[in-house]
Amino acid sequence: MRIGLVVLALLAAFSAVPVALAGAGPDPAADIKAFQGHFRTELPAIPLAAYVNGPYNFPGSGRAQWKQITEFPPYSFAIDSGKVLFETKFPNGKTYTSCFSEGGIGIAGNYPMFDPKTGRVVTLGVAINRCRVANGLKKWPLTKGKMADLVAYMTVTSRGRPIDVVVPNDPRALAAYEAGKEYFYSRRGQLNFSCASCHVQAAGKRLRGNVLAPALGITASFPLYRSKWGSIGTLVRRFIGCNKKVGSVPDKPDSAAYRDLAYFLTAMSNGLPIAGPGSRP
Amino acid sequence: MAHQILIRAKVAAGSTTVEALVQHPMDSGFIKDKSGKLIPPHYIEVIEFTHNGRIVLTGFWGPAVSKNPFIKFSFKGGKSGDAIGVSWVDNHGETASATARIA
Amino acid sequence: MAERNASSPSGPRRRQLLAAAGPGAAALLAPGAARAGAAVGANASNYPSKVFRQKTEAAALKLMFGKMPEASAAAKLTAPRIAENGAVVPVIVDATLPGVTTVAIIAKENPFAMACAYRLPPGTSPAISSQVKLAKTTDVVAVFESGGKLFSATKNVKVTLGGCG
Repeated sequence: MRIGLVVLALLAAFSAVPVALAGAGPDPAADIKAFQGHFRTELPAIPLAAYVNGPYNFPGSGRAQWKQITEFPPYSFAIDSGKVLFETKFPNGKTYTSCFSEGGIGIAGNYPMFDPKTGRVVTLGVAINRCRVANGLKKWPLTKGKMADLVAYMTVTSRGRPIDVVVPNDPRALAAYEAGKEYFYSRRGQLNFSCASCHVQAAGKRLRGNVLAPALGITASFPLYRSKWGSIGTLVRRFIGCNKKVGSVPDKPDSAAYRDLAYFLTAMSNGLPIAGPGSRP
Repeated sequence: MAHQILIRAKVAAGSTTVEALVQHPMDSGFIKDKSGKLIPPHYIEVIEFTHNGRIVLTGFWGPAVSKNPFIKFSFKGGKSGDAIGVSWVDNHGETASATARIA
Repeated sequence: MAERNASSPSGPRRRQLLAAAGPGAAALLAPGAARAGAAVGANASNYPSKVFRQKTEAAALKLMFGKMPEASAAAKLTAPRIAENGAVVPVIVDATLPGVTTVAIIAKENPFAMACAYRLPPGTSPAISSQVKLAKTTDVVAVFESGGKLFSATKNVKVTLGGCG
């Protein structure tokens, strides 16, 4: 926990005395090292790549049930539907392959991505919507349905490949990264919890019937089929749920806040393998 | 409502193992929607598996079978390339079926 | 990977059908569905609908079998001690009994006790995996009919509230 506390203390210092930041500047590489190092120190028994399995690294988490449920994974229909969507031609004859590098195959680990043209963070869902709009189609909701199906298919083609989120040395990218980091560590809602309260400080501990997944690797299994949802949902759907659960008002699915949060949080798992779609209660 | 059925069938040591994932809401009739109204029951009542046309399993399901049901069972015999059929009928009289070959 | 559904053997063929039928796979299944109607039809009339409306284990079993089971070590039931989510509880049944003809899975505390039942023709193994919903903490009972007698295995499954919303 010590390194985590150091990180928290540093953050507190940053937010309290912003002037002190002058010249220091965000250092994503150092953050990633400290973040992953914290978990490796606190939970040394868990191999780094296994963090993508979230709660199932801990006893009493229902690992056997998870294994049984994923024997024929409940997201199988979503992958199938996503493949059909991916291969169906737009009215102009193009497909999603025209919008992505490598034809959209095996590239999920590169998202969220900083877009130098707009100066904003683009999640895979936002990139899909951009592609749709560029080809004369309407945006989809970012949380579930066809969007989640398509993200599931594009993610399954990326399975096993490392997460590789790049924060370029561009002040706008660094600002987005820093905003995501601040969001992650800021307390909010009636319960006054930050993302880190549950997923760093209490990672692996129980919250009633559930075991809390460590923040390290947590994005790797998205999109998720949750038994509670009875359907597949994206990372932003989970952000909304987490915010509601701590009694705070969720941000908009397409908001800069959630894009930046996804940017920071996914970058913290750089090097871990993509494992999505995943299955959770 | 899409009614896909995914089937996997494998033969080993003279026994064929069949796994199926069936797309169906399996609404129990006890769950409320967002507006607070009960979602009426809608579930598969009978599901039947065949091997080369012969019935190898008949399932009678109630509203307590989970959404998008999974089932796994095995029977003696079967060889690679044989047809495994599955068909179901639900309490609304809707039906679906699919076939696969034993791997 | 899972084999693709339906009478259509290959992906491209399926997509053609999809394109022809528009969105929603129901139309795609139409040819198969007609066959299914015929195939399941014979058994559909055997659906023991009254059994699935009984509130207690005893009422459901009496109606289905006309008798009650005895607990037996030859009957096996694998279910979690604590369900991750009561909506999807993996339940695996098996038995070392000869000639099992029927398997029934009961959740005593559910609104309707009978969850599902299977008819096994000769040659089909009594080992069956499926997933059931449990309304609350309950005994789950697997009942096997063999040689005209009933044998059962029972396991308590706790259903708790999740914390993660």
